[in-house]
Amino acid sequence: MSRGANPGPGRVGAAFDRAGMLLVLALLVALCAATVRGFVGPENVMNLLLQVSTVGIVATTMLFCLASGNFDLSVGTLIPCGGVLCALILRQTDNLFLATAGALAFGATAGLINGLVVAKLKINPLITTLSTMMMIRGLAFVFADGRSIGISNEAMLNLANSAFPVFHRQGSDGVLFQITTPVWICLALFAFFGFVLKRTAFGRNTLAIGGNEEAARLAGIAVDRVKIIIFAVQGLVASLAGVLLAARLGIGDPKTAQGSELSIISACVLGGVSLSGGVGRMSNVIAGVFIMGVVENAMNLLNIDSFYQYIVRGAILLSAVIFDQFRQRKGSG
Amino acid sequence: MANADGAPVPFLRFENVAKRYPGVAALRGVSFDVAEGSVHALIGENGAGKSTLLKILGGSQRPTSGCLRIGGLERDFRSTSEAIAAGVAVIQQELQLVPGMTVGENIYLGHLPVRRGVVDRRRLRELAAAQMRRLGEEIDPDTRLARLPIGQRQTVEIAKALSRGAKVVAFDEPTSSLSAREIDRLFAVIGELRRSGCAILYVSHRMEEIFRICDACTVLRDGGHVRTHSSLAGLSQNSFVRDMVGRSIDDVFGYAPRPLGPPALEVDGLSGPRLPSPVSLEVRQGEILGLFGLVGAGRTRLLKLLFGALRPSGGSIRIHGRPVAVREPIDAIRAGLVYCTEDRKREGIVPMLSVTENCNLTARRNNLRAFGVVNERWERSNVLGQIGALGIKTPSPEQLIRNLSGGTQQKVILARWLSEEVKVMLLDEPTRGIDIGAKSEIYSLIFRLAREGMALIVVSSDLPEVLGLADRVAVMREGRLSAVLDRADASPERVLAHALPLEKAVPA
Repeated sequence: MSRGANPGPGRVGAAFDRAGMLLVLALLVALCAATVRGFVGPENVMNLLLQVSTVGIVATTMLFCLASGNFDLSVGTLIPCGGVLCALILRQTDNLFLATAGALAFGATAGLINGLVVAKLKINPLITTLSTMMMIRGLAFVFADGRSIGISNEAMLNLANSAFPVFHRQGSDGVLFQITTPVWICLALFAFFGFVLKRTAFGRNTLAIGGNEEAARLAGIAVDRVKIIIFAVQGLVASLAGVLLAARLGIGDPKTAQGSELSIISACVLGGVSLSGGVGRMSNVIAGVFIMGVVENAMNLLNIDSFYQYIVRGAILLSAVIFDQFRQRKGSG
Repeated sequence: MANADGAPVPFLRFENVAKRYPGVAALRGVSFDVAEGSVHALIGENGAGKSTLLKILGGSQRPTSGCLRIGGLERDFRSTSEAIAAGVAVIQQELQLVPGMTVGENIYLGHLPVRRGVVDRRRLRELAAAQMRRLGEEIDPDTRLARLPIGQRQTVEIAKALSRGAKVVAFDEPTSSLSAREIDRLFAVIGELRRSGCAILYVSHRMEEIFRICDACTVLRDGGHVRTHSSLAGLSQNSFVRDMVGRSIDDVFGYAPRPLGPPALEVDGLSGPRLPSPVSLEVRQGEILGLFGLVGAGRTRLLKLLFGALRPSGGSIRIHGRPVAVREPIDAIRAGLVYCTEDRKREGIVPMLSVTENCNLTARRNNLRAFGVVNERWERSNVLGQIGALGIKTPSPEQLIRNLSGGTQQKVILARWLSEEVKVMLLDEPTRGIDIGAKSEIYSLIFRLAREGMALIVVSSDLPEVLGLADRVAVMREGRLSAVLDRADASPERVLAHALPLEKAVPA
């Protein structure tokens, strides 16, 4: 929030940048509440939260990636691959800790490779992560031998379905409303990475690198190291999202979460993260995540065919990017 | 082609051409004529306004006021294509050619001869060959441009201009990357253009070239018009140098001698990419070393090697007597050596971040709380302290730096470094693009830092600035340190003589 009194042009625009997406989200929610049957109600809110948790978890680190002027497509296949790997290790060992650690280590390694190639070899992040995305998809099918792997480990299934608080329907055992562990993890990551971006030297350096990489380097910032860490953490978190998704579905399926990288990036761009780097704040990304989630949820409730949902999702991304471009031009003018 | 009294007809005329950028006047009312069938030299120091004038002529910039006339018609080009259509060609140092295409395609790029919508290859070949012959070159038009040496590529660029009916041809330092033999060919081509009646504008630093091929000469200084000589007969190189340097070095800088301490920076045999011979120099505590040279002489490269922005390949650096291994900028910063870049926009500021962020970017690392959490109290007190100490004019520390003037941005960058413990400061064109008021504030800051015992190296293309600030002046020429002069010996003529390129030896 601005402390000084500095009236002038761009003030309204800046205020809109800060609160704009929250406003859009509020309008969207009001619209859906008024027109979509079944949108309001504990059951749907519960669903909505669970639905956005996967995209939300990965968006927290995608925010760093985009804010540093980079890009990561490989998360879209790391999510299923992390889930498959976790299920595979569970089937072999039945050890929850080993399975989770293995999946997370795999994700971190994949991210580390992305980061090394981008930072040290100076390869375009789009091409780099497009390549690793395909490789990881292949690995997911190899791990799973082309099928999905069922999860029978009780602790693992509990991980996804445990909830706090739980409200029961009056006079019965049925659940009225609950917040499950994946949702709590998502919220915790929102808070944690929001703090890292805003309050730590690492977060500030991330924005400086995205804003002007050469200036950041000449200011003595270890640009390569920051980038490598960002990609490695991104890989780790994407894999974590995959583990939680697998636990929720009860299977490690190499075919889940297809195209989720685009939903994640869309959510960030909707949240005002500039694709050219240097600008981003967690509160707006959260708004972006929920805008995407609410639109998808409403389309599901309205029984809109998934084919049309792709069109709508694409249109949202396109308009977010055009909006970003418009804002950039206004800014430089 | 001549008046009754025999004088050549002015074909290209600049009338009071002025160009203002925010905070700087790049050109302040320049007027002169270029006659048909003549070669007119345009000379001046870096920043005198030559390139701005060429940009206006070529249509990539518009004058703030004034106009140009071609063949008597007033012209105001809004784009390069309008300039081309009016018969103007500006031959840049960077040639505007496509290496992967043939000579013929390059010459007729954009207006290839067509028959029924298909490129007429035979006609293209004939036309291109004729154009090249006219310039005295026998090159197969089907040759790929990439296979030609740089001199012949330049001829292709000239042929391209002529194919569009250019009557005004401007050259910007055309010989900078040519061999002696290629220069001879180029001059033959220019002679050909002159005979065919073109008005030619020739920008160069090389005096001997100007005496060799030019008929007339205009001198610019600080964006102003100093003098136009309609004939070069009887003029000496010295008279030009005086015109280019001009104003005397007076007391606007407020120079006063200071006691100097022991060596702060000792550089021994520093070498690196594109620095042809190793550089050794010494700067003492409290000393200001001016570093002068023409653009491309290697000044910035030398500073970047010292700072670790470029990787040195040899040599040693000592700061306050202690050897320092500089591999990355952070190594230099930790040792107390900092570098203010020449290109503030590209290498200095992070435009979308606030004054606070830009100021604290580097020194923050020494003032963090546990787990790398930023210490907001230090952040605020440091930025407020610097704003006060340097007189940074900003409505608030939260203001985005891109909204501030060039001079204020420069002060924020200085504040970034003064938040460190600096022993040696390298300043690369510290006053470029900022207004007079902010300039003099930066001069007094430089003197104050020197009085406090800091060693400074100041690079500038503005000779009076170098002479006004420096205790000693180092001069670079073509990547080499060509002289180090004491203040008393550093007359403008001597400094410039060490900076201007030597005549090229003719290869055997």
